[in-house]
Amino acid sequence: MPARVRSKPGVEIAAGGALVAIAVTAAAIVGDVYEGTGWLLLPIFLGLGLLIHGVARLPHDTKVPLSRIAEWVLPILCACVILTAWWGASALNMFPPGTVPGPAEVGDAFRAEVASGRLFADMIASLYRVSWGFLSAVMLAVPLGLVIGRHAATRAALMPLINFFRSLSPIAWIPFAIVWFGVGDPPAIAIIFIATFFQVVLATAAAAASVPKVYYKVAEDLGLRSRAVLFQITLPAIMPQLVTALRVAIGVAWMVVVAAEMIAVRSGLGFLIVDARNGLRMDLVVCGMITIGTIGIGLDVAFARLARIPSLRWGFER
Amino acid sequence: MSESVLTLDDVGFDYGPLCVIDKLSLDVKRDELLVCVGPSGCGKSTLLGLLGGHLPPTRGKILRKGASRTIYQDGGLFPWLTVRENIAMGNPTKVDEWLEITRLSDFAGHYAHQLSGGMRQRVELARALAAETDILLMDEPFSALDYQTRNRMRKELVATLAERPRTVVFVTHDIEEAVQIGDRVVVLGTRPANVRKELALPTGRSRSPATPGVADAEQAIMEELGLS
Repeated sequence: MPARVRSKPGVEIAAGGALVAIAVTAAAIVGDVYEGTGWLLLPIFLGLGLLIHGVARLPHDTKVPLSRIAEWVLPILCACVILTAWWGASALNMFPPGTVPGPAEVGDAFRAEVASGRLFADMIASLYRVSWGFLSAVMLAVPLGLVIGRHAATRAALMPLINFFRSLSPIAWIPFAIVWFGVGDPPAIAIIFIATFFQVVLATAAAAASVPKVYYKVAEDLGLRSRAVLFQITLPAIMPQLVTALRVAIGVAWMVVVAAEMIAVRSGLGFLIVDARNGLRMDLVVCGMITIGTIGIGLDVAFARLARIPSLRWGFER
Repeated sequence: MSESVLTLDDVGFDYGPLCVIDKLSLDVKRDELLVCVGPSGCGKSTLLGLLGGHLPPTRGKILRKGASRTIYQDGGLFPWLTVRENIAMGNPTKVDEWLEITRLSDFAGHYAHQLSGGMRQRVELARALAAETDILLMDEPFSALDYQTRNRMRKELVATLAERPRTVVFVTHDIEEAVQIGDRVVVLGTRPANVRKELALPTGRSRSPATPGVADAEQAIMEELGLS
């Protein structure tokens, strides 16, 4: 009988985890640090192993489409469960005082913020900065990405630089943004710009470099000139990848605006959170977090919808 | 036969130090269907690149009377355009006519990814022929299709060419295909590619294996390629 080879990734990871835990603990004992806390890795890896073991046993049903009702009901149900748990835990005073505000407090804070018009003003301020930073970055990044993607010498010259700057967290630019642009909107917009620009350049370059050569041969047969090749071949050919890149980039831009607003401005949702923290108003902090997360979902949904444009669907259905 | 439309005179082509084609001479007459067969990697696509003017020959001379269109094995359609828009890229004034001829009228609004492989090749054919150029170059256009579709597509090609004659250079590695549709078959040798053998086939395209002369031709090509 031939030997049955069965892969057990869960078991392998748990065993690997045990080895890592032993090694880290040994290193810690030798180096006289951590006081042997490396053993804590053992349960973590065991848990991870069990989790993967469980996931591997899940049936492959991802191709079965969910009904439209389930697509709406499931996330709402999930949110309700979390809300109920939050509400129950605060009603039973399970959180130490001052650490987690209850839903009622947050609801009151929401009402007060909406009534005063401050929440709306903060939303507009944040969205205004993201729009400027994101759009200006895309306007410059797409042409640069096209050149890098289609021109080998430019690619060789600029790719290391682009990768260098992409690795820097946009937050690292905050000191420079303030020194160069002062306070107010400009430094925040500059931070958004930096967060978006390098990502979109890279995505555009990768997409432009991978356009099948056959399209250009056909274009040559059709007698298209360079401008027509750009607008009728290259741009539509990279559009699906570009739309996906923009969706990722708007998420990052939105995440970063909050960080940028914690420093240089006196409005926006990021400022709301920092201001609330200074006043120890945890209810307001949560109010700001919920608003940011909700707008984040909205932006993602809006960009995901772009994939439904008929001339783009080929890039998502193959 | 009538005048020459495509003439290659002692043509050679190098990719860097690699000599892909050498001392290749070829003469294609007006409205002839010339099939080039050869083992894969023998430089068939390079030959079509030369014939289509996409590549400049390293040595020798190429004479082309009129423009050409090339049809590729797969993926030559622009996926962001509908069938109608793709054909319009070839010639915006003849779209409906060619939708009709290739029986694609019901699919005019479809995109390439919504079509079967055979339909995609029909769109390619329509786009290339709508342009009404003198020369049609075909780079293994049916080899990505299943057996039945491939056979049907050959018949359709022959029927369409009977109605709208063109000078065609058809490249394939499929010997059966070559002897079924070609007026003349050129057997290419491997690197550097040159003409190893030329075979005239019985008149009348769209032959069956039982057509007199077909089996002999197939046998001769197999022998030349060292396959029998």
